[in-house]
Amino acid sequence: MSITRPTREKGALARFFDSDFFYAYRRSPIAIVSSLIAAICLFGALLAPWIAPHNPFDLASLNLLDSFKPPAFMAEGERAYPLGTDDQGRDMLSGIMYGARISLEVGILSVALALVVGVSLGLLAGYLGGTVDAVLMRMADVQLTFPSILIALLVDGIARALLPRELHEALELYVLVFAIGIALWPQFARTVRGSTLVERGREYVMAARVIGLSSPRIMLSHILPNVLGPVLVIATINLGQAIIAEATLSFLGVGLPPTQPSLGTLIRIGNDFLFSGEWWITVFPGIGLAVMVLAINLLGDWLRDALNPRLR
Amino acid sequence: MSDVLEAAHVSRYFDVSKPWLQRVLTGGRRAVLRAVDDVSFAIPKATTLSLVGESGCGKSTVARLAVGLYEPTAGSIRFEGQPLSAARAQASLRRRMNMIFQDPYASLNPRWRVRDIVAEPLRAFKILNSPREITARVGELLTQVGLSPADGEKFPHEFSGGQRQRVSIARALSSTPDFLVCDEPTSALDVSVQAQILNLMRDLQQRLGLTYLFISHNLAVVRHMSDRLGVMYLGRIVEIGPGEDVFRTPRHPYTRLLLDAIPDLEMVGKPRTPVGGEVPSPLAPPPGCPFHPRCPLANDRCRVERPDYTVARDTLVACHAVEEGRS
Amino acid sequence: MALLDVRDLTVEFPTRRGLLRAIDNVSFSIETGEILGVVGESGAGKSLTGASIIGLLDPPGRIVGGQILLDGKRIDNLSPERMRAVRGKQIGAIFQDPLTTLDPLASIGSQLTETIQTHLRLSDREARERAIKWLEEVGIPGARARIDAYPHEFSGGMRQRVVIALALCAEPRLVVADEPTTALDVSIQAQIIELLKRLAREHGMSVMLITHDMGVIAETADRVAVMYAGRIVEIGPVMDVVRHPKHPYSEGLMGSIPSLEHRVERLRQIDGAMPRLNAIPVGCPYNPRCPKVFDRCRVERPNLLDAGATQSACWLYDKVPAHV
Ligand SMILES: Nc1ncnc2c1ncn2[C@@H]1O[C@H](COP(=O)(O)OP(=O)(O)OP(=O)(O)O)[C@@H](O)[C@H]1O
Ligand SMILES: Nc1ncnc2c1ncn2[C@@H]1O[C@H](COP(=O)(O)OP(=O)(O)OP(=O)(O)O)[C@@H](O)[C@H]1O
Ligand code: SF4
Ligand code: SF4
Ligand SMILES: [Mg+2]
Ligand SMILES: [Mg+2]
Repeated sequence: MSITRPTREKGALARFFDSDFFYAYRRSPIAIVSSLIAAICLFGALLAPWIAPHNPFDLASLNLLDSFKPPAFMAEGERAYPLGTDDQGRDMLSGIMYGARISLEVGILSVALALVVGVSLGLLAGYLGGTVDAVLMRMADVQLTFPSILIALLVDGIARALLPRELHEALELYVLVFAIGIALWPQFARTVRGSTLVERGREYVMAARVIGLSSPRIMLSHILPNVLGPVLVIATINLGQAIIAEATLSFLGVGLPPTQPSLGTLIRIGNDFLFSGEWWITVFPGIGLAVMVLAINLLGDWLRDALNPRLR
Repeated sequence: MSDVLEAAHVSRYFDVSKPWLQRVLTGGRRAVLRAVDDVSFAIPKATTLSLVGESGCGKSTVARLAVGLYEPTAGSIRFEGQPLSAARAQASLRRRMNMIFQDPYASLNPRWRVRDIVAEPLRAFKILNSPREITARVGELLTQVGLSPADGEKFPHEFSGGQRQRVSIARALSSTPDFLVCDEPTSALDVSVQAQILNLMRDLQQRLGLTYLFISHNLAVVRHMSDRLGVMYLGRIVEIGPGEDVFRTPRHPYTRLLLDAIPDLEMVGKPRTPVGGEVPSPLAPPPGCPFHPRCPLANDRCRVERPDYTVARDTLVACHAVEEGRS
Repeated sequence: MALLDVRDLTVEFPTRRGLLRAIDNVSFSIETGEILGVVGESGAGKSLTGASIIGLLDPPGRIVGGQILLDGKRIDNLSPERMRAVRGKQIGAIFQDPLTTLDPLASIGSQLTETIQTHLRLSDREARERAIKWLEEVGIPGARARIDAYPHEFSGGMRQRVVIALALCAEPRLVVADEPTTALDVSIQAQIIELLKRLAREHGMSVMLITHDMGVIAETADRVAVMYAGRIVEIGPVMDVVRHPKHPYSEGLMGSIPSLEHRVERLRQIDGAMPRLNAIPVGCPYNPRCPKVFDRCRVERPNLLDAGATQSACWLYDKVPAHV
């Protein structure tokens, strides 16, 4: 943001610890707990190759004799597999850590893409109005009438047809990100456009126009901070959706190959065994996903309030 | 004396029709609201022109036209002899005009600290560059409007309505403009702070030669501030002349009714005479003289013919009765 | 019994930089059908007093002491849901800031009909007719044609009148009106004031009228309270407070009113500014600016004392000599 602050003689870190933002953080138990959980999930996922007990992708280390082992706390459990193993003898805990890595990567990247595209287009549509607004919003409307999965399938199909096979496989992750991100932007755009329309008519925007600030500058430094609140919440909700969309796509065979299972894939695979008694194969990845999404959601909610000076 | 701002036959219409599809379906017609209709005035340097008139008569729209926030639908506005849009394209001229807005709640960005709000023109025009100078100047401006430099740390919602209006005044003064459009600058202030602000504005005018376009409902304030006074009714200026003349010898029937309707400390308990009659809708202004449905002097001519200005000493009055000497 | 009774109301803001006491021991009452005017320095706490009564104090602001009684029943400790019911039916609110009341995305008509229908059982058509009636009552020209307009299409004053219509359409017993007429020109102002007075006279509606306009106060109010730095410094019948103010601050305030009769070069002003909330001087909060200040004012804080027809928080009116 281009809100330039008079620089003080303090270092950046000291300034951060002294800021209102950090003050609000320290006083909110929810923020502390949810950010801790989110951080644990993030680190667990990022550092999986180094800290996970096993490597589930290493086919050589798999042993079919170890399949369907229940979690360690149950009678037949083994300490080597704290959360049990799946049908191919892969360690669930490691699987979850590796899976979360893929899920988070796809989720965060695609939501970031949707956010950047949606917020920019929403700002433009709301601020400029007229034809720009009409065209952009019709585009969003049309896209909203298609289920996002369908759009993702379409994008993926096009990518498959255009790109050579090897390249497509190497880029599969980014194709997924693009497909899911493109499916999610209209929601951001519409929310931002609505609030921008309201803010644009307020007199503080006129005050900025009187002194001749350019439209991009007004949009970025005046309007954007005022429309960002709901965007943060939508982003955290969409993160969950994106992770689930990725799982669905993988299920339909257009996502990542099952040799690289994401959390969503794990849940889906585990579903098949739920009724035969091997509940842990689906329940643990499910809990992992739920906890992660919930923590991020709470954090987003808190962030929205913390960034609003009125609620401090 | 040269004119700082000159408006010639300026109009501003708003299209307030229902959306096209709805119009087609329900058979509604295009509706055009004439917020400002053929208004002309000039403001000589170092003087104050005030505009008064009923709420909704187009005062704020004139104010916004004067600083280029709205494009006129017709007519032309010149600033320092140049067309307004050309003048506003040059930072050196744009810097010389600023505006104080009517609504103290909407005119400050709720996400910005007061010190950044006040410093915004300083930064935008690169008047001061070093953070230390900016902080010092912001503190000075806040003190000038009766706040304290430490208030710069706060956000707008931590202030009362009147305190916010003072922040808005400090922002307008920060780029040291010499033409200031003031849309109800003091109506959110209590009388003692109002006196401070009005005295400050007069001091600045005498010391630095500021020119004001001043809008207020409070006629006592207007009388105190203005050199010239324009009375607006339904988008038009119906009477304009030296302030004292208009107050002492109001000529237009509307001006007279307006002056009669002022509440007064002497009137404790007594009812006053509101301007009678239905306030006409600006969507369908009456033909002829727009004031005729409420005018005690209206005759047949008033109902069909729109009055032109009659010159009476230094005052221009748009009224048939004045022209015919019936008033 | 008074309709509204405010006793020792104290409001504080716990902020990062310390506790700010914005309202300090304020007590007053309003009878049925009475109009109480509230005037005072901007930032003195008038709006916060009003917000406390209608239960819409924005956090982190909170009532830390005192009671607010409506009809003898406490309303300052009701749950948000109970308070919402009280607010619509019994207490109406006209805010200083039209933006907080009006939804920018809903048409004027839908906002009015919705409010009417939550309080009265009416069909959509009847509610709409009533909404148009209220818009006409507050002086919106062409109400029938403009009822479907959105707030931003109205001028500042017109928006304010819509807010007034919204507050009155549920026909409450008490109206807290925070600067209802500041955005309005004199003739509309006269119409609104006539409306408030008529509702007070004929329907026994009580009004707490916060305004800067002494003319409006003089004409409308029965009694006036003058506030300074979070306290009531003078309260009494309107004629006495406006014509013969007793408290030095009220005197300064009345002296600053620009006159229509004669034009002066400079308006009289009270020099200096109201103290910041975190630096209210000990003793009388007005003492740094008071022309009549004496020793006792700098150490001891005055409470409301009888000063002829009014009550004034000033040591000048202490009949018992100070034991210094
Ligand atoms: N953006 C807009 N779109 C449509 N109509 C508008 C717009 N802005 C103003 N109007 C209309 O133009 C007329 C004049 O409005 P304006 O704000 O200039 O009034 P005003 O004289 O400043 O009134 P007030 O004293 O209440 O502020 C009003 O009828 C208003 O409804
Ligand atoms: N959220 C907040 N945080 C800190 N201080 C606040 C907050 N809201 C209000 N205040 C302070 O409380 C005081 C009283 O405010 P209030 O809005 O009641 O004033 P007022 O008498 O209505 O003034 P005005 O006439 O200007 O509207 C002010 O000094 C203001 O700075
Ligand atoms: S022109 Fe006629 S209607 Fe208009 S103000 Fe004059 S006398 Fe009245
Ligand atoms: S108590 Fe003293 S300082 Fe306060 S108002 Fe009275 S005379 Fe002035
Ligand atoms: Mg206006
Ligand atoms: Mg207030």
